[in-house]
Amino acid sequence: MSLIPPSLIPPGAIDCDVHPAVPDLRALFPYLNNHWRDQVVQRGMGDLETISYPPNAPLSARSDWRPASGKPASSVAQMREHILDPWQIRTAILNPLYGVHLLFSEDMAAAFTSALNDWVRHEWLDRDERLRASIVVPLQNVDMAVAEIERCASDRRFVQVLVMALGETPLGRRHFWPIYAAAARHGLPLGIHPGSSYRHPVTPTGWPSYFTEDYAAQSLALQNQLTSLITEGVFQKFPDLTVVLLESGFTWLPGYLWRLTKFWRGLRLEVPWVNVSPTELVRERVRFTLQPLDAPPTAADLEALLRHVDSDKMLLFSSDYPHWQFDGDEAIPAGLPAQSLQRILVDNPMDTYPRLGEP
Amino acid sequence: MSRHVVSSVDDFPPGTRRLITVKGRPIVVFNIEGEYFALLNRCPHQQASLFHGTLTGLVASSEPGCYKFEREGEILRCPWHGWEFDIRTGQSYCDPSKIQAKSYKIEIEDGASVVKGPYIAETFSIVVEENYVVLEL
Repeated sequence: MSLIPPSLIPPGAIDCDVHPAVPDLRALFPYLNNHWRDQVVQRGMGDLETISYPPNAPLSARSDWRPASGKPASSVAQMREHILDPWQIRTAILNPLYGVHLLFSEDMAAAFTSALNDWVRHEWLDRDERLRASIVVPLQNVDMAVAEIERCASDRRFVQVLVMALGETPLGRRHFWPIYAAAARHGLPLGIHPGSSYRHPVTPTGWPSYFTEDYAAQSLALQNQLTSLITEGVFQKFPDLTVVLLESGFTWLPGYLWRLTKFWRGLRLEVPWVNVSPTELVRERVRFTLQPLDAPPTAADLEALLRHVDSDKMLLFSSDYPHWQFDGDEAIPAGLPAQSLQRILVDNPMDTYPRLGEP
Repeated sequence: MSRHVVSSVDDFPPGTRRLITVKGRPIVVFNIEGEYFALLNRCPHQQASLFHGTLTGLVASSEPGCYKFEREGEILRCPWHGWEFDIRTGQSYCDPSKIQAKSYKIEIEDGASVVKGPYIAETFSIVVEENYVVLEL
């Protein structure tokens, strides 16, 4: 099998995970009603920063993608200059990580989340036809989350429903199911991205001391969410729903699946609706974005790992812009099988996001 | 292939199981409500003794939250890792096309035909009036 060296991105790629930044809360004012605008002023709210991506952490933005002032990736112009134009990206999917999921008030969360989606629509989607976006939903209230999907889904440039990995309860739980029903009804995959509403410690063992611990633990949260979706039967209940794990890394996948499938073999009578093995379910129904790659030491190791996963349909190209996951233009890691490249860059994203195929 | 007498029917009542050795192979034979089933006494996973497994039913489901307890007493769970096997076929639930417990054919023969042979019944004296559990291997 021929393995590719680390390489430039061929023209026409579909970038499935880029992050537009809301400059500050006032940027949402045009999309908030007068009550919420007044609340922002009266309460002295400035911004909804989370500690998931501290502004000065190297991971949060590559140094060459940091503007002289303001937040990285806070305008279409920056994104064009840094990735869309030089890489000749065909389509990039915007996944805003603005901290609307932190809010405790259900009403405020719904209002700010709607404003965020409208901001994306007007400030980004309307300004560059290469852009598509995820609908951010207020998980604080399931009815409101469903209403937000219904409100946005008629705009076909929204291609996914986006939630954060660490919320209040595991994502497989049945009270969330109306959200998945709405997503499936509209042909929208469910994207899960690192990030926390900080209702619980970010690791299962308690609060860590350092950002390194927090970020490294996010992949565990994504694993837990995947397990929850599998065991609670979301994939059986919603046969048309695809799940995309964004920025989750994926090199943990073989060991995770070996373990989960092993336990399913002995304990599947707890969850009899899981009538195919987790390994098979994940292969058919779950997709993973490429960056960050928790790269093994050599290209041959990565090739072996992909062989363990036994599918070249699961990976979706992503740059994770502006997060610092690689240098220069080398978003394609060494060790991917050459014959899978077209799948990862274009075919898999097209299969995963049916709306990308629409004119 | 030869046929081996396991027991007389009267000595092997429903709800019991026994471990026998045929041609050097350990085999577990079950009587489930008058029907007899035989499996090699080694789980195909890691060789655990299926003789020590639990007979249970098959938990089936048409959707999340639905539990249908079917085929009560016909599913054998391995004592080590809980893998489920169909007592009738030896087929595993978790990977039916690849993982199977080896099963053997059991028949009930009357004493007259057992006496006629050819059967291997070294440890039994056959009584014409009784019926016998016979395993083919």
